[in-house]
Amino acid sequence: MRSQDHQPLLDIINIDKSFGALKILKGCSLKVNRKETVVVIGPSGSGKSTLLRCLNLLEPADSGAILFDGKDIAGDLRNAPAVRREIGMVFQNFELFQHLSAAENIMLAPMKVSGLSRSDAHDLATDLLRKVHIPEKADFFPDELSGGQQQRVAIARALAMKPKLMLYDEPTSALDPEMIREVLDVMAELSSDGMTSIVVTHEMGFAKRAADQIVFMESGQIIENATSEDFFSGTVNERAQRFLDQILH
Amino acid sequence: MSLELVFEYLFSRTFFDGAVLTLLITITSLFFGVLAGLVVALLQETKIRSLQVVTLVYLWLFRGTPVLFQIIFIYNVLPTFGIRLSAFLSAVIALSLNEGAYMAEILRSGLQAVKTGQRTAGLALGMTKAKVMRFIVIPQAARIVLPPMGNQMIGMLKTSALVSVIAVEELLLVANQTASASFRYFEALTAAGIYYLALTTIFMAGQFFLERSLDPKRGRRKAAPAPLIERLTHMTETAETR
Repeated sequence: MRSQDHQPLLDIINIDKSFGALKILKGCSLKVNRKETVVVIGPSGSGKSTLLRCLNLLEPADSGAILFDGKDIAGDLRNAPAVRREIGMVFQNFELFQHLSAAENIMLAPMKVSGLSRSDAHDLATDLLRKVHIPEKADFFPDELSGGQQQRVAIARALAMKPKLMLYDEPTSALDPEMIREVLDVMAELSSDGMTSIVVTHEMGFAKRAADQIVFMESGQIIENATSEDFFSGTVNERAQRFLDQILH
Repeated sequence: MSLELVFEYLFSRTFFDGAVLTLLITITSLFFGVLAGLVVALLQETKIRSLQVVTLVYLWLFRGTPVLFQIIFIYNVLPTFGIRLSAFLSAVIALSLNEGAYMAEILRSGLQAVKTGQRTAGLALGMTKAKVMRFIVIPQAARIVLPPMGNQMIGMLKTSALVSVIAVEELLLVANQTASASFRYFEALTAAGIYYLALTTIFMAGQFFLERSLDPKRGRRKAAPAPLIERLTHMTETAETR
């Protein structure tokens, strides 16, 4: 663990979530320390994405508490916009705003939410595009960028709000194989710079490289929660091991 | 047949006034029609059951009966309930309500064409629902709805001729009256036709410029596609001779 701060940035305590009669999350608890990167793995339908969406209140949890920076955010949805400003999210399908250029995608929220001036927002966008290694694409529109470039713009867009926590929901699942690397590299750089992150992914190479903590979910429950070292030295439970064998072929 | 008479009608006061009234009816009805359509489309977005039922009944009534029927109904039946409206007002109300029903469908399809993921991404950045609507959904929906809306607007210009049945002195009624008084049908109707074409041309030009101004990539130089001949010569140059 790299963090010295004893209070975890995020403390998820026993949250449940159902859609109608379908229980998606069953009593999930997880602590994420500052500057730590947590990788969440598990079969599809196990509730990984729902867990992420509960954290930034896109889906309100039915019960349980989510302590973010010491405050319970789960109860009151009226605070959702304020909470989401501090939690960046990256989606599987990038979801760049199609009518805006790469730079404008990054500038929109700082201008309309934080009230930054156009020129300050533009400077911010330029910095962030450099950080994700595509400064030359500032004036390109999403449909003129490759998948990997789009996802990196999406990461920059989330970073523009200076979040304390980044959530990545299968960020490379929609990418062609040759573009996965460039996105994972950016994410790994951010992690090593100390950006607290939760990453839902099947990229075990990334987990090995960047994760401090690895969480395995199945049918709405967190079945295994291990440090990266323990996980990759094979001291994990049998179900997690079986899933791992499957995704590594 | 006399072209001189066509010109005389064209520049006559009555025809000009008729054309102005046609334009006035069209623009007022379009304004309130788009407004009604926007309200209905947004009400349908709210997912409140009772409001949705109201909008469905509205759409059902106004898309399910002829416009001509609606015009005559409002002008002739409302007075029996004590609501007495001028012919012009009846015409505008009927056309607006009719237009609103079609506009609502167009606007709704535009709003729905912007995928939920785009809204989610906006919300995840800390934007409120209203800001997501204003800065993410509406700009994208606007470009989608513009072509069908343009169609509707040009359609309205022509539909406005129907209000001649309740004796609104618009272009077609003027032309018809002039013709039946002088038996110069060709000349009077040609003059009216020229006015209609001129007005629709203006509308089409307006649509073209609006579409261009909503294109986010406007002002950006695009590599001009190579001319056909150049491409063909290039192909023949690189092709293997057999």
